[in-house]
Amino acid sequence: MSLLSVKSLTASYGVSQALFGVDLDINPGEVVALMGRNGMGKSTTVKAICRMITAGGTLEFAGQNLHALPSHKAARLGLGLVPEGRRCFCDLTVAENLLATSRPGDWDMGRVTQLFPRLGERHSQLSASLSGGEQQMLAIGRALMTNPRLLILDEATEGLAPIIRQEIWSAINRLKQDTDMAILVIDKTLAELEQVCDRAVMLERGKTVWSGAMTALTPDITERYVGV
Amino acid sequence: MSRETLFNAALLLGLIAVPAWAVMMDEPFTITLATRAVILALAAAGLNIALGIGGLVSLGHAVFFGIGGYAMGILAHHAQSYTPLMEWPFLIEGTKFMPVIWLLAVVVSAVAAFLIGLMSLRTTGAYFIMITLAFGQMFYYFAISWSTYGGEDGMSIYIRNDFPGLNTLVPIQFYGLCLAILVVVLIFTARLRRSPFGLALNAARQVPARVEAVGMDPMRLKLVAFVISGVITGLAGALFADLNRFVSPTMFSWQFSGEIMILVILGGVGRLFGPVAGAVTFVALEHFLGGITEFWHIFLGLILLAVVLFARGGITGLVAGKEATHD
Repeated sequence: MSLLSVKSLTASYGVSQALFGVDLDINPGEVVALMGRNGMGKSTTVKAICRMITAGGTLEFAGQNLHALPSHKAARLGLGLVPEGRRCFCDLTVAENLLATSRPGDWDMGRVTQLFPRLGERHSQLSASLSGGEQQMLAIGRALMTNPRLLILDEATEGLAPIIRQEIWSAINRLKQDTDMAILVIDKTLAELEQVCDRAVMLERGKTVWSGAMTALTPDITERYVGV
Repeated sequence: MSRETLFNAALLLGLIAVPAWAVMMDEPFTITLATRAVILALAAAGLNIALGIGGLVSLGHAVFFGIGGYAMGILAHHAQSYTPLMEWPFLIEGTKFMPVIWLLAVVVSAVAAFLIGLMSLRTTGAYFIMITLAFGQMFYYFAISWSTYGGEDGMSIYIRNDFPGLNTLVPIQFYGLCLAILVVVLIFTARLRRSPFGLALNAARQVPARVEAVGMDPMRLKLVAFVISGVITGLAGALFADLNRFVSPTMFSWQFSGEIMILVILGGVGRLFGPVAGAVTFVALEHFLGGITEFWHIFLGLILLAVVLFARGGITGLVAGKEATHD
């Protein structure tokens, strides 16, 4: 049974409809890329999954109907979101950011700082004073501290220096190898996605238009739906 | 040791040294002033949890202060008049035993804060301020019309309530009791701020949507903080009534809610000893400037303006600089 099952997902912002039928399944331990050009509904899909906006269609996580749950209860089922734009809690230190969201499980402060040693070095520094890359690591660490079953990374490497992006991709790779956590990645860097992800789902105009194994992605498909 | 820790230690030392000096010099009025400052600091410490950590700009905290005051007033009134508080369905008599009075003040304040918070926390910003203000006015006008307990004139209490092992009629002993409660509340606040709950509350103030996305309910966090905050302010109200041996509807007034907020802003919003610095400054200004002119509030207003415009961290920020990281 799929960990996350999304069928015919629809969503609107007021009168303007953004999703017209997104289909997406993620199994435990699987890493899936959600791809598409800007404005095709990737972040809206994530918001709908995390119950941050109301949506139609089937939305199930671990066999539970997400439509019946408010956002915080959906997250408690095991949805760990690393949102676009990071948004750390600026008045808190690195350690406090992590402690504030911590829930019992395998992921604790020690394990997070093992994954991102920079966070360990800066544990008592206010998060507002971190670089963009470090804030991104903190946002991922914060999501891991909730001990999620599905980690959702929304544009986790956007706007970062190549060396920091490499560090984050390497961390995602380690998560894939060392844990049975499912991961949904939204990103535009095809080369890295091809290395890390098992499957890809393409969105166009708020609808799933292609889905399959990463190895089945052809230049023709990426050119048509992602523009690279 | 950070500058803020030194500043806090100096404040605490002052709160011990000044009354000790007053005892030696036989200046009971100074002790009364210090007691007033400590009780107001306690009320502000309550608001500081809601406002400083949770970002809840409540203009109705006088409700809890008044509830605490009336809990003391009503119980003591029945104790001094030897009349029961109620006879049916069971007999409840008045009491002048402080722990029982505090318990009632704390329980009723907690219930009121829970119900008020449940309704008002559905709103934010100006609407939250207005709803808390409206609740304050409701209680104020209720107290005015409650003729059984003095109505508009309030109620004088001729006895000083008891605390085991102390003679609370001796000013320094009552002061010591109030200071001990303030210190306990400050220690509790310091621990609360660093607890996972306090950190989550702080995070909910900054980015509520993100807190929700990591599985926490910002509304619940804020409600718990609002109740804790109300309970502490309620306890301060009971002590204040005991100090003055008088309760009146003004304890519920919106002006008093504003005054508690001024104490927090003056001392430094969210700073641990901010309420203490604010209350000490307020009482000192009230005493010294109030002796010169009855319009001393004009000067308080000017000082408040200066703090808001030039010293966002209040007096604590001005003296101790920005808050140190919480390592």
